[in-house]
Amino acid sequence: MNYSNDSRDVAAVTSPGSIGSHSYEPGALRSALDIKQGGTFNLGALLCDRHCAQGRGEHMALIWENHTGLRKSFTFDDLRRHSNAWAHKLAELGVKPGDRVCLFVDRVPDLYFAFLGILKLGAVAQPLFSQFMADALEVRLADADTRAVITTGRHLEKVRSVRARLPALAWVILTDVKSGAHPTLVEGEVVMTAEEAPPVEFTPFPANEDTPSLLHYTSGTTGRPKGAQHVHGSVLSQYATTRHVLDLRPDDVYWCTADPGWVTGTSYGIIGPWAVGATQAIFEAGFSAQRWYEFIARHRVTVFYTAPTAIRMLMKAPPPTPDQLVSLRHMCSVGEPLNPAAVLWAERVMGRPFHDTYWQTETGAIMISNVPGLPIKPGSMGKPVPSIAAAILDQQTFQPIAVPGKVGLIAFRPPWPSMFRGYFKAEKTYQSKFVGDYYLTGDRGSVDRDGYYWFVGRDDDVINTAGHLVGPFEVESALLRHPAVAESAAVSKPDPTYGEVVKAFIVLRPEHAGSDELKLDIMNFVRKHLSPLAMPHAIDFVEKLPKTRSGKIVRRMLRAQEWGEPVGDLSSLDD
Amino acid sequence: MPDDQQIAQTVLNYIMREYADSLQGAAIDANSPLISSGLIDSLSMVSLKVFLDQTYRLRIPDAEASAEAFDTVAGIVKMLRKLGVG
Repeated sequence: MNYSNDSRDVAAVTSPGSIGSHSYEPGALRSALDIKQGGTFNLGALLCDRHCAQGRGEHMALIWENHTGLRKSFTFDDLRRHSNAWAHKLAELGVKPGDRVCLFVDRVPDLYFAFLGILKLGAVAQPLFSQFMADALEVRLADADTRAVITTGRHLEKVRSVRARLPALAWVILTDVKSGAHPTLVEGEVVMTAEEAPPVEFTPFPANEDTPSLLHYTSGTTGRPKGAQHVHGSVLSQYATTRHVLDLRPDDVYWCTADPGWVTGTSYGIIGPWAVGATQAIFEAGFSAQRWYEFIARHRVTVFYTAPTAIRMLMKAPPPTPDQLVSLRHMCSVGEPLNPAAVLWAERVMGRPFHDTYWQTETGAIMISNVPGLPIKPGSMGKPVPSIAAAILDQQTFQPIAVPGKVGLIAFRPPWPSMFRGYFKAEKTYQSKFVGDYYLTGDRGSVDRDGYYWFVGRDDDVINTAGHLVGPFEVESALLRHPAVAESAAVSKPDPTYGEVVKAFIVLRPEHAGSDELKLDIMNFVRKHLSPLAMPHAIDFVEKLPKTRSGKIVRRMLRAQEWGEPVGDLSSLDD
Repeated sequence: MPDDQQIAQTVLNYIMREYADSLQGAAIDANSPLISSGLIDSLSMVSLKVFLDQTYRLRIPDAEASAEAFDTVAGIVKMLRKLGVG
């Protein structure tokens, strides 16, 4: 299959750092972003002030709509002014460069203004998914020693419920409320809505390319979630891949459905598109196929970036009408394997295929992709983007595998501009991600004779549900707080819509008997304490869990059973 | 044999009790959009489906359990009727 006509054609790779007219060479990228030698890399300024200085201040930056039909639009000059107001407000509250400021906000306009304001100040933005419940929120705020939390009235009670245990947290900033229309505030709580703030100028912090910018929390197999530390210089990778892989230009209207609580929602839901100077359309609403199609039609969206779970939900819904998607010219997906059926369905029903992209919170930008013009092999992630050295490593020797189709560890050779610079306060864990010359992604895959990469699965126990990583340890810790649970193991289970879901194996306390009602109660318990993502979709009550002789739960055996895979060597199992 | 209104009330009561953290005081009725409005995450509908399966002693087929069908209590009642409840 060749879809080269569906977007701009690009030539074959001609050098390690460029493809066609797209350069990935850092010097060329700096020039494109108008970053002078020794000049500031401040992302907040690059994403809005720069466009104003270049005479594009009146170009539309953000078209926003919510589920009630309320619509607002903002130019790059609006972004500049409103982010200045946020930077000024945070400085006034005593927030300093380097302090972590959490964005625990639904996708309201102030989320975007505050994000830019935090970066202009030189503070570190810590975006968190607003559907997280109190336990998940507390762990991440405590780990980051977060100085201020920006939230909305809808999530204020969750923040208040954990605040007393967070000594570093000086301020809770309530946004998206009109003056006088907010709940009664307590000490340490203030209100800030940029559209109501007085105009103010703000000189951006002189960030260089290694200055910390974002702290994105991600889950691992063991221990608590880890904060992946990113830097202002990440914009080089994000700009290059937004131009090349997403094929975005300043005259595009672009919709990325990812929530900025996750890395896609910042790298390609804020930084990449505004580095390019494109117009973003943001829909602050939940899923509805019909309303999504109407949104694309109403705002004449040209480039669409979403997740395989959303695509599979679209596949289950009535198709769009012939006139709804005529504006679309390019579509990409991210977060989990894009099944071949989804690629073929999209071509038939939406008029063009989805181009899969592969990357992680830690990589900060797209690493492997079906770039425009590259013939798609449905089910493949595509090829490494220019300047990225990817490899499949042997799982024992960590040496590159030369045999096409042989499964190993997906790895990348550092550095690249958007690479994470560490896990916050977890240097040892950070170092464990590197072996020899390579960064290990924790994913398994293979590469075929044509150089296309194929995803196989995780190399650890992390569960990728709807494109979001859930750590089994965090789920098991929540389960242990339920009065009926004595012991548990959380593993992934295949799911036709979400790709993977959480399944829990539970040993009950002697005084409790298993029942369907208890299963439902446990499901809701995890949902209410952690998040809907972490809620087990299936629960088995068991007499005991498989363990090694040293008492460690062998999740891989339970996982293999769920996936119908060989359970492997069981010689170390107790009994 | 429950009528539409009784089914709707049972489902509404359950949602208001179990999803109070997500609703955060938002007033809802049988026609309020829950998932498309973002009030309830689409992943949360899995536990709602389990509740319906248990309460009405059925197994809602995956093909019926779409975000659209679960978007309003009225839609859920319609789906349950189609599956023979009441």
